[in-house]
Amino acid sequence: MKPPPFEYHAPRDLDDALRTLARVGTDGKVLAGGQSLIPMLNMRLMAPAHLVDINRVASLDGVEAGAAGVRVGALARHSQVERGRSHPLLTRALRLVAHPVIRNRGTVVGSLAHADPAAELPAVLAVLDGSVRLARWESGRIATREVGAREFLVGPMESAVRPGELAVSAFFPALGPRTGAAFEELARRHGDYALAGVCAVVRLDEDGQVAAARVACTGVGPVPVVVDVTEASRDGWDAAARRVQEEIEPEDDIHASAAYRRHLVGVLAGRALGGAAREAAGGA
Amino acid sequence: MEHEITLVVNGTARRVTVPARRLLSDCLRHDLGLTGTHVGCEHGVCGCCTVLLDGEPVRSCLTFAVTVDGRDITTVEGLAPAGGLSAVQRAFAECHALQCGFCTPGFLCTVTALLRDNPAPTDEEVLEGLSGNLCRCTGYQNIAKAVHRAAELLAEES
Ligand SMILES: Cc1cc2nc3c(=O)[nH]c(=O)nc-3n(C[C@H](O)[C@H](O)[C@H](O)COP(=O)(O)OP(=O)(O)OC[C@H]3O[C@@H](n4cnc5c(N)ncnc54)[C@H](O)[C@@H]3O)c2cc1C
Ligand code: FES
Ligand code: FES
Repeated sequence: MKPPPFEYHAPRDLDDALRTLARVGTDGKVLAGGQSLIPMLNMRLMAPAHLVDINRVASLDGVEAGAAGVRVGALARHSQVERGRSHPLLTRALRLVAHPVIRNRGTVVGSLAHADPAAELPAVLAVLDGSVRLARWESGRIATREVGAREFLVGPMESAVRPGELAVSAFFPALGPRTGAAFEELARRHGDYALAGVCAVVRLDEDGQVAAARVACTGVGPVPVVVDVTEASRDGWDAAARRVQEEIEPEDDIHASAAYRRHLVGVLAGRALGGAAREAAGGA
Repeated sequence: MEHEITLVVNGTARRVTVPARRLLSDCLRHDLGLTGTHVGCEHGVCGCCTVLLDGEPVRSCLTFAVTVDGRDITTVEGLAPAGGLSAVQRAFAECHALQCGFCTPGFLCTVTALLRDNPAPTDEEVLEGLSGNLCRCTGYQNIAKAVHRAAELLAEES
């Protein structure tokens, strides 16, 4: 199991990286942490002619936390963001991603660009309605566009990143007051991709009633399945969990049946919503 | 195309010429003759290829040698001075934390970094720290014991 040959580019700054990506176009792939790309190369699931390694573009490793939320640069590793604890839901989700050693190399933005429907971070971006900033080289300068989670996550292993583009950062909006969050999942072995997962955010009003409740589910659709359960939750979290079960599109595979995944999502949604609501009440 | 790179391996600068697709694991084993780093799965699952990159444990099978040009790498061969054993290695021997030994280099690198960052880990922290390394022989109990024993040995030494 060895990667196929490719031409290697190691740009030192963002301009250089974008010019190189523009030049190689559809034949090129970005190499970030390599924790998803290199396994795919080793298994010969892809054979890009050019790899543009962004590991030397130091300006991309920043994590900026502000009142509105946290912006994570393309080179910020899972472990670095986890230690920074700048967003409680992101921190919690990162602890569910693979193993500590994988998290030392894997990047948050790389995980979003990879767009695995079983991955945790795309679900966090989706439930928070975050966004990804994409940059490209155009007419001799950097052009950027900010793409919302819904448009960014296109399909299984497919994001809105176009050939020649680099995802330079991702923005995760802050939770805000009287808001709690939780991430519940079940994996066969600790650190594996989960069979299914549910990430929930609940906001309470001044009287402690549910003002907004949303979940994003992993592993049960082509992209994270976002369900607004604010209305359904008026009849309790069990009713909200049933509402979530109606929205998902689980499939059978070697790991679990569609029916089991549907059952699982009901249980996990109940737990995640309840946990998020308790946190919202405690943090009020 | 071949690339000339320099890796500082176990404290010594080593120049090698490699194709871009050379995995760090293969560079260490084939180009530099350091066969202590083992290769099991080559897709990040088993952990036996784990080495320290600037002190942080990483999968050498999921890293291209060209990406880490100029960086510091510690392999199992560099965990202790020649002929000696580190506290972590002594604890593994003492606690019978290995049988065939195939997984051991990866565990030793992972545990060395774990105890540097957290000199007195709880049971749970030890299990989380070891969770990315597979062992087909021992059943893990003695490996977990060895981590606690190594913590004691390191505390006595300091
Ligand atoms: C054993 C193992 C278990 C894992 N378990 C989990 C898990 O449970 N949950 C989980 O979410 N992940 C898991 N992962 C994947 C891990 O989180 C990866 O780190 C992550 O998916 C990809 O990040 P990366 O930086 O390594 O990206 P890379 O592997 O470098 O790239 C992945 C893809 O994204 C593209 N890309 C990367 N960065 C950019 C960018 N800035 N702009 C444009 N395109 C880009 C690349 O071209 C490539 O197509 C696991 C990996 C391993 C090896
Ligand atoms: S050989 Fe690298 S993790 Fe298995
Ligand atoms: S001792 Fe044989 S695999 Fe661990």
